[in-house]
Amino acid sequence: MELLRVNRVNHFFGGLQAVRDFDLTLREGELLALIGPNGAGKTTVFNLISGFYKPSEGQILFMGKNTAGLRPHAVTALGLARTFQNIRLWNSMTVLENLSISQHYRLGYGFIGSILWNKSVRESERAARTSAEELLEVLGLNDYVDEYPKNLPYGLQRRVEIGRALTIKPKLLLLDEPAAGMNPNEIDQLIELIRWIREKFKLTIWLIEHQMRVVMSLCERIKVLDFGETIADGTPAEIRNNPRVIKAYLGDEG
Amino acid sequence: MEKQDYIWLCVLALVVAVLPLAIRNDYYIGVCVFAALNCLACIGLSLLMGYAGQISLCHAAFIAIGAYSSAILTVKAGWSPWTAMGAGIGFTAIIALFVGVPSLRLKGHYLAMATLGFGSILHIVSVAAVPLTGGPEGINNIPHLNLFGLKLDTDKHWFYFGWSMAILGLYFALNLIHSRIGRGLRAIHGSEDAACSLGVNTAASKILIFIISAVYSSVAGSFYAYYVRYIDPGPFDIMHSILLVTMVAVGGMHTIWGAVIGSTILTLLPTFLSYVSEYFKEIGFEYTPDYDILLYGGILLSIMLFLPDGLLDGINRLRNKLARFVIYPKKTT
Repeated sequence: MELLRVNRVNHFFGGLQAVRDFDLTLREGELLALIGPNGAGKTTVFNLISGFYKPSEGQILFMGKNTAGLRPHAVTALGLARTFQNIRLWNSMTVLENLSISQHYRLGYGFIGSILWNKSVRESERAARTSAEELLEVLGLNDYVDEYPKNLPYGLQRRVEIGRALTIKPKLLLLDEPAAGMNPNEIDQLIELIRWIREKFKLTIWLIEHQMRVVMSLCERIKVLDFGETIADGTPAEIRNNPRVIKAYLGDEG
Repeated sequence: MEKQDYIWLCVLALVVAVLPLAIRNDYYIGVCVFAALNCLACIGLSLLMGYAGQISLCHAAFIAIGAYSSAILTVKAGWSPWTAMGAGIGFTAIIALFVGVPSLRLKGHYLAMATLGFGSILHIVSVAAVPLTGGPEGINNIPHLNLFGLKLDTDKHWFYFGWSMAILGLYFALNLIHSRIGRGLRAIHGSEDAACSLGVNTAASKILIFIISAVYSSVAGSFYAYYVRYIDPGPFDIMHSILLVTMVAVGGMHTIWGAVIGSTILTLLPTFLSYVSEYFKEIGFEYTPDYDILLYGGILLSIMLFLPDGLLDGINRLRNKLARFVIYPKKTT
């Protein structure tokens, strides 16, 4: 089934065209990579899809619904989660609290419940805590439930951030350079984790990545951006031998 | 709410209950009533500043809206004090919505400027709209507040009533920050992008907390009007807004308790300083009252210099330092 369709999206920052005629069809269960040199517009594409930017032109259909112009929290509510290039965990909150935010936002109680803190509020709070603890257990983070994220090693912080994104029960997960700044060992664990959550939560994953090891070992399909334009779309083998891709990354021969 | 908060709430209630036994002078009781009212306003402001990370330099204006609504509706329209106060709350909420929607799009200094502007506009209106507000002469003969048939007409009544309301407001605020709304606010403070990527409606949350904190101020304003029974534009100027922000900052922005401590200390400090000068006068060491202001400024300055995270944080750090000197008996196995 088709999960995401992007039709001829253009985006301008003033006079600068950051994304040009971006097209994409993403089917359920796919694992797609978006690669390209620095400044190619990859993160801009993510920001457009997740509602942080409103596209200047074009259409974004997520599960058949046009999301162009929706605010990020509304896009999230449809089942689209994302992580950020530089980890944005809440360092003043514990790991458990970090994983509780989105769940607490789904709790039914309103303002009156919030200030009176009656019985039904207490019960739904307890249920939310339990489900966050379960997710941490599944991700192998149960030793760090009450730890503050800034005290964790980088690889684990990334794991917490991915776990946090999973709390909204997404259908599509956008990962913005998940392997950035990781050592080879951490990268291996990350590849394992992505494979595993994809199976376990039946996710469609779209990632931006510079680490070719991650891209080549995980993805069935790769899209290449350069100066906002799509210059290639295909299997890893096709991309590896595509002359335009090689030119974009390495420059002209001679 | 956490266990510790419950304990401190009980401690505060206990202190409030016994304090009038220790203070004989009605004037000092009156100062404590003002401390309670400032405390109420500061709790609201602390929700906005400490938890949502937004600044407001117009909370005195919300106090003024509460006070003037109560005064005008009771004196000129003959409403009952409680209904007038309710109308004041509704009125404040609507105005806060209209001020909040455009200005909360701004950040940092710009938000401070926008709210400062609103605050001074409202102050000018209260001075200039003579038919409505009485202008600089203000409004006189505001009726007493009745509590279940008990007329609140002495300082002691107001002391208990004011502090009960402050404690109730504190209880609501402490619940709020541990609820999903409060967690959402802390998330916005930490990283707005991350918060909205997890489904927190950042704009709506910020406006909601702005309205709540304005309502806290409005209630404090209504009580002020019923306690003093005379209002004029004087106490609601920009300087009072800045004083409220200072109280929250001095106490410590990171917890609601900081607002309680900051507002109480800064309200009582001038009275305490003049009391001290009386004492020095008695032992034959007289100085002009100007030195009180100098001392007050000096104390503020040293708090901000040496305890930039507020008094409460300073107390915690001191406690941690002292804890290192405690020698625990060695466990014998």
